[in-house]
Amino acid sequence: MVWTRLAALIVKELLAAFRDPRGRMALVAPPLIQLFLFAYAATLEVSHVPIGVVNQDWGAQSRQLISRLEHASAFSEVRLYASETEARAAIDRQDVMVVVEIGQDFSRKLAAGETPSILVLLDGRRSNSAQIVNSYVNNIVAQYAAEFGAGRGPPPDSVIVDRSWYNPNREYRNAMVPILIATLPMMTVMMIVGMSVAREQELGTFEQLLVSPLQPIEIVAGKSVPGLIVGLAQCGVISLIVIYGFGIPLLGSALVLSAALTVFLLSIIGVALFVSSLATNQQQAMMGTMVVVMPAMLLSGFSSPVQNMPDWLQPLALANPLTHILVVLRGLFLRDMPAALAAQHIWPMAGMAIVTIIVAAWMFRRKVQ
Amino acid sequence: MNAPLVRIDNLTKTFVAGAPAAIEALTTQIRAGQVTGLVGPDGAGKTTLMRLIAALLTPSAGRIDVLGLDVTTQGPAIHDTIGYMPQRFGLYEDLTVMENLRLYADLRGLPDGERAATYERLLAFTDLARFTDRLAGALSGGMKQKLGLACAMLRSPKLLLLDEPSVGVDPISRRELWRMVYALIADGVGVVWSTAYLDEAENCAEVIVMNAGRVLYQGDPKAMTAQMAGRVFQAHGAGEERRALLARALADPAVVDGVMQGEAIRLVMAEGCPPPSRETIGAPPQTEIAPAPPRFEDAFVAALGGIPKRALSAPGRRDFSNGSVAPVEAKGLTRRFGDFTAADHITFSIRRGEIFGLLGPNGAGKSTTFKMMCGLLRPSEGEALVDGLDLYKAPSAARAKLGYMAQKFSLYGDLSTRQNLDFFAGAYGLSGARRRDAVAHAIETFDLAPYAKTNAGELPLGYKQRLALSCAIMHEPPVLFLDEPTSGVDPLTRREFWAYINAMVGRGVTVMVTTHFMDEAEYCDRVALIYRGQAIATGTPAELQASVRTPQRPTPTLEDAFIALVEARENGRKEAA
Amino acid sequence: MNGTSGSMRRIRALIVKESLQVARDPSSFVVAVVLPALLLFLFGFGISFDAARLKIGLVLEDPTPAARDFATSLTNTPYFSVREATDRRAFVDDLAAGKINGVVTLSGDFAERLARGDTAAIQLVTDGSDPNTAALTTGYVQGAWQAWRAQRAVGAPAPPGGIEVQPRFWFNPELESRRFLVPGSISLIQMMIGSLLTALVVSREWERGTIEALLATPVGVVEFIIGKLVPNFALGMIAMMVCVLASIFVFGIPLRGSFLVLTLFTAAFLAVALSLGLLISTVARTQFLASQLAMLVAFLPGLYFSGFLFEIASMPAPLQWFSTIVPAKYYVRGLQTIFLAGDIPAVILPTGAVLLLMATILFAITARNTKQRLD
Repeated sequence: MVWTRLAALIVKELLAAFRDPRGRMALVAPPLIQLFLFAYAATLEVSHVPIGVVNQDWGAQSRQLISRLEHASAFSEVRLYASETEARAAIDRQDVMVVVEIGQDFSRKLAAGETPSILVLLDGRRSNSAQIVNSYVNNIVAQYAAEFGAGRGPPPDSVIVDRSWYNPNREYRNAMVPILIATLPMMTVMMIVGMSVAREQELGTFEQLLVSPLQPIEIVAGKSVPGLIVGLAQCGVISLIVIYGFGIPLLGSALVLSAALTVFLLSIIGVALFVSSLATNQQQAMMGTMVVVMPAMLLSGFSSPVQNMPDWLQPLALANPLTHILVVLRGLFLRDMPAALAAQHIWPMAGMAIVTIIVAAWMFRRKVQ
Repeated sequence: MNAPLVRIDNLTKTFVAGAPAAIEALTTQIRAGQVTGLVGPDGAGKTTLMRLIAALLTPSAGRIDVLGLDVTTQGPAIHDTIGYMPQRFGLYEDLTVMENLRLYADLRGLPDGERAATYERLLAFTDLARFTDRLAGALSGGMKQKLGLACAMLRSPKLLLLDEPSVGVDPISRRELWRMVYALIADGVGVVWSTAYLDEAENCAEVIVMNAGRVLYQGDPKAMTAQMAGRVFQAHGAGEERRALLARALADPAVVDGVMQGEAIRLVMAEGCPPPSRETIGAPPQTEIAPAPPRFEDAFVAALGGIPKRALSAPGRRDFSNGSVAPVEAKGLTRRFGDFTAADHITFSIRRGEIFGLLGPNGAGKSTTFKMMCGLLRPSEGEALVDGLDLYKAPSAARAKLGYMAQKFSLYGDLSTRQNLDFFAGAYGLSGARRRDAVAHAIETFDLAPYAKTNAGELPLGYKQRLALSCAIMHEPPVLFLDEPTSGVDPLTRREFWAYINAMVGRGVTVMVTTHFMDEAEYCDRVALIYRGQAIATGTPAELQASVRTPQRPTPTLEDAFIALVEARENGRKEAA
Repeated sequence: MNGTSGSMRRIRALIVKESLQVARDPSSFVVAVVLPALLLFLFGFGISFDAARLKIGLVLEDPTPAARDFATSLTNTPYFSVREATDRRAFVDDLAAGKINGVVTLSGDFAERLARGDTAAIQLVTDGSDPNTAALTTGYVQGAWQAWRAQRAVGAPAPPGGIEVQPRFWFNPELESRRFLVPGSISLIQMMIGSLLTALVVSREWERGTIEALLATPVGVVEFIIGKLVPNFALGMIAMMVCVLASIFVFGIPLRGSFLVLTLFTAAFLAVALSLGLLISTVARTQFLASQLAMLVAFLPGLYFSGFLFEIASMPAPLQWFSTIVPAKYYVRGLQTIFLAGDIPAVILPTGAVLLLMATILFAITARNTKQRLD
């Protein structure tokens, strides 16, 4: 009896989501568009930026250094400026974010075995990119100095041997794409589950459900399961695109991945149901969803690491299911995280799922009366 | 005869190329200084015509002149001179009464000097002076409509267009609306009033009867009613058997229309047919058949070709005639919202196979009572029992005994007819063969096969009603709750709906219905009149009518009884205070 | 009756009505107040690319005095939180679990290699699964290394060869990412108020049917549009003031340009955002559709392609081309300049001109598409 009623609700919910071609589009198009946007547009990497040079030196060494800069993959072209004033104006206009200024005695000092200095002017309006560009320039200059020195007697300065594990070329896409497996379905599920109750209320069908023998807990289950089905399907499709489309292999266990995603989606569904139990129409549900999704995204380590947040925000980030699933996803896709380590992040999500779903069920009960 | 305010010449309006026109080759005139009724079934094109006259739509062909101005080219000039009240309450719900008035005064350019006087006059006129600071959204349906009318009348328009102003309005507010409109036409304003309630058409000086985008009749409604002289009869005394009698009578091809009127049934004969006799309609011997004065509704239904004669198989198969407990019981139902008592110790018991009506003005507490009976609202005190089960102690079991049909269409519009049926069958716990059987039976009974794959939201109104009813009774409940089931529904659809209900009641199903719509109340065996949270009168429609009979009013209608009882109560309260 | 005074009066009445509605409607309140405050808060506190304390595992294979000395200098900088071990294997699991950002290894023969100038003296392994933090870690470790070397070199003869690199970070020498994120988030807030709220309030009239009564009055299309624009414009400007005050006093971001230029520049952007919102509302007749469309055509491009979070120059060419039609890109450039650099005409004038051009085009399309009738 209970199963019949529940099955009817779930089938109805899935039909409502998939019957309408526009509804089908809404489930498929936005995640795919966002997947490609995040993969190609959401990058903190700095590459192909123009670099400015003010060269007051006439020697061959400065030209060699400039040619090094020109051939570096990080820079698209070298723009020569006659004076520092001109260079300053170019930075002001944001034509270039970095200018390397080579003093007039550069070649002489270098040839003489002294230590010449060069000035790197950086646009601090974009401090993150500027820092990264600065380290590129540093690397190129240090390498040049090392090679220059190698041929001419005295040993060069000692340079750090710098390696990255898990993602040797530090490709931003490799780091970004796997975490979309959780982020994009999260948005869809928040929308589907968050709106569905509000829509029924707005259309009056919710009363129709309430006068049927369905129990509040059955309604909660009937709204959750379709969200879980759709969410897991999306997770699956995006995972396949990540693995085969972007060629990022899953190093960890697929079983652990599925378990983590299921628990994560359940916790999101609980939150969505809670939002939805507070809203009386679709408009409010939509606003509520936005007010929840934005902080969830931004306080999760999705766009910047959790450790950079102020201490008083850290607990909020730890209470965010997305924070945990992102660690698991990065771990399983890039680092071959052992199951035991993944479990440390699955438990908190499971706790949140239990709490949010219980609260949502309680809210529904109240709503009925 | 007055000069025409609006001339419509060969007007056609098509929304989608290739689809049937919403208005087709329509030619008519609307005169000043009178109320012109625009009546017709749903989808006849009434709203489209209103919007065309208000220069909100552009004609596809033909011409409309409003006060000598062409609607296609002189829209802004027309907007300067007309008042228009759309079907959906067109005011801002998040503004107060006064802010709405002020907004429309500014928009219509009411001169400063006239404002104070105009506001005072309109507020007095609409009796809204006490509520100027209330948000429009918090007003009752009737008050909203009065405010809408006040806003449309701010600058004494020459032409006032009212699109179904009386939907969702209780009889008392409805009379006030008409009083306001009559006061206007005395000043020479032309009023167009569209409606699905045909008793209102009789208040109009002229009616335009529309169907499928065409005019069926235009002229004095009395003349149209008069055509029916000698064709209308009432059969009294059939007692318990009157529902079955109505069904039998309607099977007679000579009978074009038949409705319940309290304990009597009303029959309209086809043109040229002999009067009905006990034999032709199969009435029991004690029945008396007498001619009755025709109403506009009789003429209207006849003009539309009479009640649809479809072989009507009764919905449901189980017989509930032999139950022992009272199917529906309210024991001291009370609900308080803070200090306000919306329902105050309401007690009634409904007998098996009875149609019981909860009547009352807007905001009187009948919806609160109804919601408590459905299990949607927990009572502060008292018990609500369905088939002997307390709705709040055994909610799931009690709900399984009742079928519920909401006021507005509340099925899943984006699912097909069959998917809706499947869902509700499942929600009521039917599975496997039983579900397939129930769905097949519903499709057959309600003749839904042609629309089985159509989305419920796109069904014609009559089919939506059928589908809603069939979903509500999918599990064959012994008790059926209806919330204003035919409010705003045209007479033909309404008749069809009640034919199904009558057939179910014949098999012992018990029905409770809330309504402020007197035609629905006429179908009830007994009604309870709810006012200010209390049941102020309970009885058969005839008893209520009899209780207010006076020498000045020898044959009160049910509406008269309703208004008189409420007013008597109100006067009693004032005296007591 | 249809003269100018009547028109002014109608516009005024519509503005009053609209303002009252925004003040009373909860969803308008959310869009106009709650979401902006939330965004400002999140971008001010929640997002930061400044690796305040990088977690480093330090492996001292042989704790010689030289190695100890470098370890101490690492521990003493505010940039690192350092844990020590004598074997790299101790940190492998932590790196896999994402508990540390990198491992610095000083080889057993650190001192000898150092003396030889061998590159292998110090090794750094970073967690490449967060490339940005990895890049910053490299930068900071390099900086620390250089500083330590320079410190040791004092007194001793300067190491021959090599090139000294002196970086100068203009406008933001403290290198706080907040200084560009907060101005960037102002652009998102303006977009939200301008487009989302405008689209919502117009579509609400359709959804609730109030437009029918309104269109049947002498109100003209232009009056209707102005009545919608003015309150939202005012709201946008107020939001800007609040954001500027919060930026200066809560987040400590300097406003180096003039307030007047900021106001005028914001007005130009708001004109674009409002026109975009109106354009959306001519298509969408339900609030739900309007908010979805506003998110799609206004908010998301403003987030991705404005260059305040992500690097446009690093995107594939087609996306770079697309970014040239995103109004927020120009606004963000101007905002960051006005806040951090000052009123630089070479930035403000061209970007302002582009914004005005966009506003004109969008407004013209909207005016063409807005109908006085229901069909």
